Amino acid sequence: MAFTAFSGPATASAEPIARRRSPIALFLLLPGIFYLILFFVTPLISLVITSLQAPDPLIFGQYVNAFNWQNYVTVLETYWQQALRSAGYAALATLFALLIGFPLAYFIGITLRPFPLLQSLALVLVIAPFFISFLLRTLAWKQIFSVEGPVAGILSSLGALPPGVSITGTTFSVVFGLTYNFIPFMVLPIYATLVSLDLRLLEASNDLYGSPATTFRTVTLPLSAAGVMSGTLLTFIPAAGDYINASREFLGSTDTTMIGNVIEANFLVLQNFPAAAALSLILMAFILVLVSAYVKRSGTEDLL
Amino acid sequence: MKGFGKYAIWAYSIMAFVFLLIPIAYTVAFSFNDSRRTNIIWNGFTLENWFTVCEAQGVCEAFGNSLLIGVAATVLATTLGTMIAIALVRYRFRFRNATTLLIFLPMATPEVVLGAGLAAQFLQAGVPKGIGTVILAHTLFCLSFVVVTVRSRVVSLNPALEEAGRDLYASPTQVFWRITFPMLLPGIVAAALLSFALSFDDFIITNFNRGADVTFPSYIYTAAARGIPAEANVIASAVFFLAIALVLIAQVSAGIRRRRLASV
Repeated sequence: MAFTAFSGPATASAEPIARRRSPIALFLLLPGIFYLILFFVTPLISLVITSLQAPDPLIFGQYVNAFNWQNYVTVLETYWQQALRSAGYAALATLFALLIGFPLAYFIGITLRPFPLLQSLALVLVIAPFFISFLLRTLAWKQIFSVEGPVAGILSSLGALPPGVSITGTTFSVVFGLTYNFIPFMVLPIYATLVSLDLRLLEASNDLYGSPATTFRTVTLPLSAAGVMSGTLLTFIPAAGDYINASREFLGSTDTTMIGNVIEANFLVLQNFPAAAALSLILMAFILVLVSAYVKRSGTEDLL
Repeated sequence: MKGFGKYAIWAYSIMAFVFLLIPIAYTVAFSFNDSRRTNIIWNGFTLENWFTVCEAQGVCEAFGNSLLIGVAATVLATTLGTMIAIALVRYRFRFRNATTLLIFLPMATPEVVLGAGLAAQFLQAGVPKGIGTVILAHTLFCLSFVVVTVRSRVVSLNPALEEAGRDLYASPTQVFWRITFPMLLPGIVAAALLSFALSFDDFIITNFNRGADVTFPSYIYTAAARGIPAEANVIASAVFFLAIALVLIAQVSAGIRRRRLASV
């Protein structure tokens, strides 16, 4: 269920398919599984090994394999603020994406159902941002929010913003950017559950004197809960690991640094690989806790 | 939903669409900006950027690299992913839950972790980073999305058609290439397009594994510090219009097919 949103609503065949045992299954599975083990599982093991490395006593800037678990303590002590900020920013962005995305998904999936052409056009508009560079879109917001840009101009002429003060580089601009960039990930799964919602259920609730609010709370919302759950995960995960929006050249400043920025800086700039690896694994562990709560609810068969 | 509520949701959704489209309009508009060195302030309309795209240093080379990586990763990921998708739907095998989890987890892993993990592995194995390592990395994260997309197509396939083929003495290879594959093709094409789009626009994983090679997104990231040339907007806009055209054609033809099926 979770990620099927990208492929559109599945039309299940009338009868369940009888699964056979056959050596063909191995032939089909092995190359891909081998690939995933080689380029997903072993890199995670590499991260674990790297995260425990200690500085080489002989060569400056080199690291040797060790069991230096103190790396984890050090990075948490140094970067706890950035870690908390990432969780906070991602949670805010997810909340705003839900507030904007749910009505939009409802509109496309239910309001537009009598107009199939408009419905498919609306879907294209939702995924349209995917087709233009993520970085350029984010830079466009930076320009719109810049001191010379239209938003600052309007706000300062209203007296709401002192002239010369930038909106970029603030918590607002980073959360705004994250919300904008990940809204489609919220809309698509919710849309996928709402588009197959039986409208007769809404009519029934209405016939039984349910107010629109009651109908929404007791019928629509529970029936779209699966979509809301996957949308929340799909928005939160990339937002928590993102470092574009929060970076100085885009919508952030040194006050908005997130865990992704710290991982990137430690790995690619400072070349402190153990610190970067430890931070990556902390982020991964945090995400896995969220995902396992999701799996517990819906089971592994419904994951895909 | 009646009366006021109905108008409210129309108004709210139209505002949301405008919000989604503002940066796109902005990017496209600035591809026509008569910019000198930086492309921040509007200086007037010109078509010149579109005719001299490759004159901005390195932009076309980066674009070429991104195309190469996108095509290679798409071919690899679509092949491996389609095979897994068929196996998942059609066959019984041990470790099914573990396999599902292994396919799901890369999608649930933040890109920065995937990127750092692969980079750490290439570092430990002594593999030099470059276009090759980027292709390997992109194939990895596209693979799971291919499985998900093709799988839903395999689920909707009617096994009776393949049975009919077998009853008429078609060999297993004939059944696959003349029945299964053509019926899966829309799903495979959708998966390939999705892979290409994901690969083409990826920055984070690429940045960890590209070494000194430049892709289109990493070009933009580096240029962001000193000002993006309008030529980058030209390339992004051109790609955008091409992709939108493809999607619209796919949507319209699917709509026509549905109507034809409904009228039978």
